[in-house]
Amino acid sequence: MPLLLGVAPFGVIYGVVALQSGISPLAAMAMSSIVFAGSAQFLLAQLVGAGAPLLLTAGAVGLVNLRHALYSASVAPILAHLPRRWKVLLAYLLTDEAYAAAIPHMLAGREGGNSPHAHWILFGSGFGLWSGWQVATLAGVLIGAQLPADLGLDFALPLTFIAIVVPMIDSRALLASALTAGAVAVVLAALPYKLGLFVAALAGLAVGALLTRNAA
Amino acid sequence: MNLWGLMLLSGVVTFCIRYSFIAAEGHYQPPSWFRRLLPFVPIAALTALVAPELLLVQGEVIPGGGNPRLWAGLVAIFVAALWRNTLLTIGAGFLALFVIQHL
Repeated sequence: MPLLLGVAPFGVIYGVVALQSGISPLAAMAMSSIVFAGSAQFLLAQLVGAGAPLLLTAGAVGLVNLRHALYSASVAPILAHLPRRWKVLLAYLLTDEAYAAAIPHMLAGREGGNSPHAHWILFGSGFGLWSGWQVATLAGVLIGAQLPADLGLDFALPLTFIAIVVPMIDSRALLASALTAGAVAVVLAALPYKLGLFVAALAGLAVGALLTRNAA
Repeated sequence: MNLWGLMLLSGVVTFCIRYSFIAAEGHYQPPSWFRRLLPFVPIAALTALVAPELLLVQGEVIPGGGNPRLWAGLVAIFVAALWRNTLLTIGAGFLALFVIQHL
């Protein structure tokens, strides 16, 4: 599972970043099991560190994880026949990486009707990533506790987001959306409670959607 | 509400999003404008986070030599665009920051 190698550093860095945001090691570990979402956990740690209001922070987590609704829509027909406990478990495990690893195999298995085992593929990738994420977080918490606070390690956060975002930009609409969101965020950075972030994200969404409508 | 309440709330929000369409399968068809917005969410939201980190130094826009993080970030963006590799991107960004700060 090469994806695990890609996810592990995120987990370690998350553990370090969480500690630097003033989150206790136990809470940092618990967040990895309760929330279980890479970029949203980074965002949570950062907003907690910045002292943003709780409801806005939870709303921001929802905004960042909104893309998972797409994965949900994508796998829904394949999981339709399962009992509810399976659907709940797989929804909990439905991360970017688990989805990406599982979906080609799940779709391939559907050629001759719905495969009765497709959900095991998603469970396998989801549970593998979940385990790796917990271990990586623990490693980050253990390492982070022994590091001095000012190593420039907080720079890992924007670097990690760059590593996620840049490869996803493969159209002019996506590029325009990113540039809009980035520019608005810089202009509105002085707004209290990180409100500029939300306005910037909405502006990026609007520009992207407008451009795709004109193209279609 | 404290940090634990926030985590629980965030966990519930995250789960509900992931469960939404799986649970609604066969009951509901989302409007097309809504589905057109979704692909832009991670890029718009995450770029909104990154841009101020790179361009602002203590609330001021510093677009030049006095801002090593901007240049390190640009190196990382370049590396990410060329190789699409997470570790390579983070490593290149840190290396660039280190080199610029010690020039």
